[in-house]
Amino acid sequence: MTQVRVLAGTRKGAFVLTSDGKRDKWSVSGPHFGGWEVYHMKGSPADPNRLYASQNTGWFGQLIQRSDDGGLTWQPVGNDFGYAGGDPGTHLWYDGTARPWEFKRIWHLEPSAGDPDTVYAGGEDAALYKSADGGLTWTELTGLRMHSSAPGWQPGAGGLCLHTIILQGSRMFAAISAAGAFRSDDSGETWRPVNRGLHSEGLPDSGAEVGHCVHHVEAHPTQPDTLFMQKHWDVMRSDDGGLSWTEVSGNLPTDFGFPIGVHAHEPETIYVVPITSDSLHYPPDGRLRVWRSRSGGNEWEELAAGLPERDCYVNVYRDAMAVDTLDECGIYFGTTGGQVYGSADSGDTWAPIVRDLPAVLSVEVQVLP
Amino acid sequence: MSDVRVVLPAHLRNLAGVHGEVVVCVAAPVLTQRAVIDAIESRFPVLGGTIRDRRTGKRRAFIRFYACEQDLSNEPPDAPLPDPVAAAIAAGSEPFLVVGAMAGG
Repeated sequence: MTQVRVLAGTRKGAFVLTSDGKRDKWSVSGPHFGGWEVYHMKGSPADPNRLYASQNTGWFGQLIQRSDDGGLTWQPVGNDFGYAGGDPGTHLWYDGTARPWEFKRIWHLEPSAGDPDTVYAGGEDAALYKSADGGLTWTELTGLRMHSSAPGWQPGAGGLCLHTIILQGSRMFAAISAAGAFRSDDSGETWRPVNRGLHSEGLPDSGAEVGHCVHHVEAHPTQPDTLFMQKHWDVMRSDDGGLSWTEVSGNLPTDFGFPIGVHAHEPETIYVVPITSDSLHYPPDGRLRVWRSRSGGNEWEELAAGLPERDCYVNVYRDAMAVDTLDECGIYFGTTGGQVYGSADSGDTWAPIVRDLPAVLSVEVQVLP
Repeated sequence: MSDVRVVLPAHLRNLAGVHGEVVVCVAAPVLTQRAVIDAIESRFPVLGGTIRDRRTGKRRAFIRFYACEQDLSNEPPDAPLPDPVAAAIAAGSEPFLVVGAMAGG
């Protein structure tokens, strides 16, 4: 029987939510790693029972946990995330001074499509790591952080975090707040910024090559050249693998937000959660809404059925939205209020899977045969 | 060589899979902060990086080291522990405490 497994990382632990293919009744397992922040948790496409989780606290630092049984049991694996080279150099600090790179945490884990032992990790301060042994050891792919623009990268309010990793064979994308989007065509050896067309009013040169606060990027597997981006402000799309971007915010009530999702079977159907502004991190008018475009942007429809009508002042973080691959595509997102909402009909209607978790940092979903 | 009683914070006990105090064997002839932490990490490799930075060896910001009601956190890592403390730890009459600092939720 088909099973759906939602992986929710929260401010105080990880939770595994499971249902059958109807997705109307859910069981909750957790907290795993109670008391620890779990920034991200994701399963291997090659072996769905292989899960990776990023576990961190300010007290005890970074751990990576691995499960080989779908989250029933976990084992800590490698947590040695250094910066390659004797002198890793500096980036720009808030006060304009040069600051040495300092590892703080892993924001995102991206398992390889073909090998359960190969997984990539995005770190803060921005660095890209790779493990080929199931997370036991990690190697920095230095080409990204050694890009000539890197000494000028400056952290956003959330830190200088590498939060998005998209794997497309030898082509890869990474996104960093607040440096922007980057592309590699040689499996991560060398990188170039791909931010042309982005405009950020907070920059002295609004169309600068780097410095943009990209919040999240997604691509549909069947259209690898088409990328969708939720930026600090603006929803953007690219149809040439990131070489150029066009704004597609259209009729959104606000184009500020964090996550963006792409329907599993309709590459031009995308989802965002509009947030009031960069200083008001909650939905406009206290009404939590997902907005859907079936035209790849510009024309958006409000999805409200089952979502809070009033007095809702939560946020939805950048990695806290996911789509499943069932015929009737499921959409999921988690909030800073501890709710995980799900839709089993492409967003037409919504219901909470669970209401009272700690603040949700990330949501991923797996469909198990 | 000394057998040293160590009290770990709850999260690190969970990680190490232990309950209550643990005893670690410190091979160094002189008890120092570094020698004790080396012994903890040697017995429990999973704790590598959780008490001190793997690369710099510096105590993590929200970790404290106490013994005999004294705060040893800011002692130089290679300095011999103060004599009454070292003697009590070496004799097993007092534990070496690894403490998560009071720092919010």
